[in-house]
Amino acid sequence: MSMVQASAVNESEIRQWLEEVPDPEIPVVSLVDLGVIREIKRDGDTWLVNVAPTYSGCPATRIIHDDVRAKLYEKGLRPSDFQVVSVLSPPWSTDWISKSGRQKLADYGIAPPQPSGKPKACPQCGSSDLELVSQFGSTPCKASWRCRSCLEPFDYFKCI
Amino acid sequence: MSDDTLNKALFEFLCRMGDNTLVLGHRVSEWCGHAPVLEEDIALANMSLDLIGQTQLWLGLAGELEGAGRSADDLAYLRDAFDFRNLLLVELPNGDFGKTLMRQFLFDGFQSLILTELTRSSNERVKEIALKVKKEVTYHLERSSDLVVRLGDGNEESHRRMQQALNELWPYVGEMFIDEPEDKLLSEAAIAPLPSSLKARWETLMRPYFAQAKLNVPDEGYAHKGGKHGTHSEHLGFILAEMQFLQRAYPGSTW
Repeated sequence: MSMVQASAVNESEIRQWLEEVPDPEIPVVSLVDLGVIREIKRDGDTWLVNVAPTYSGCPATRIIHDDVRAKLYEKGLRPSDFQVVSVLSPPWSTDWISKSGRQKLADYGIAPPQPSGKPKACPQCGSSDLELVSQFGSTPCKASWRCRSCLEPFDYFKCI
Repeated sequence: MSDDTLNKALFEFLCRMGDNTLVLGHRVSEWCGHAPVLEEDIALANMSLDLIGQTQLWLGLAGELEGAGRSADDLAYLRDAFDFRNLLLVELPNGDFGKTLMRQFLFDGFQSLILTELTRSSNERVKEIALKVKKEVTYHLERSSDLVVRLGDGNEESHRRMQQALNELWPYVGEMFIDEPEDKLLSEAAIAPLPSSLKARWETLMRPYFAQAKLNVPDEGYAHKGGKHGTHSEHLGFILAEMQFLQRAYPGSTW
């Protein structure tokens, strides 16, 4: 693997690399789409990559950090060239999920978060006749809903 | 007041916050695989995941402030019952599903109020955690209040069980609002509110739900206490025996 100089890359390049890293639990969206990649900045000879946790207990947080490190290494940075930092403040919000991220979620069958706190339409058939099954779904960030028109259950990305 | 005294008070307070979420998180996780329906099983497991995650934040900061090199894990797994600072309420056995939910509801109400205050803390680190955690707890309260109302105002059997749960848990509510000497120091430093200052707000927040759930709030004022300074019920020892077994039997083991 060829090495690159930490000083030869810039912030937007690193951000582009991280767009290739899928979320470990919802692999259709990248970490950048999800909005967890915050500030990327130089501190002396080191690149600091700030990552916001989604839910404080989300088991994917550790994997996300590892995946970021692995990607930067794969792109040729040495482990001493970068540091992944967990930042709590400001707290991650579903508002930070990108527009393309929302579309990718919907295409995948997960209703994207809505300011109203409930899904707008069934990701399968588009109907708005929906009911809540449970406030928690398959991961801490999702709730379970069901469509009364096509009867399909689906995940809804909770709005926080 | 010296910085050291204030630091010690803050350590105590952070242990109270972290031990509440740790012990409740452990209790709620006992439902995993046993809840009445699959959706509730998943919900309870996710709730405990949130609570354990919050514990990492509170106890992590406690260990950092203490400066003795103890991590959140060290504090969780290597302290004895008398070092735990959680409310007696959260260590009580789960009982039935209704009692677990009622306990969650009573706690969520308190937690949402104290976190609101902590989002204005003069301590940046405490404020940062509170802002993060508040979002999760708001969601928990939405869920627990909704279910308490549905079961309290459900059928005869669900109503009976919810009323019984409230009667049994009520004497454990008062402890939430007792001011300890550390609370006074922290309140003067605008780091954390006096628990007693939350009592009236808690009543205002909770009473409408009890009314909607058609539940009678007991008028008994007696409060079991001691958890906040390490005098616990017999139940905590059993929780720790299970939770800490691995680190006690195989110190320092990792995987």
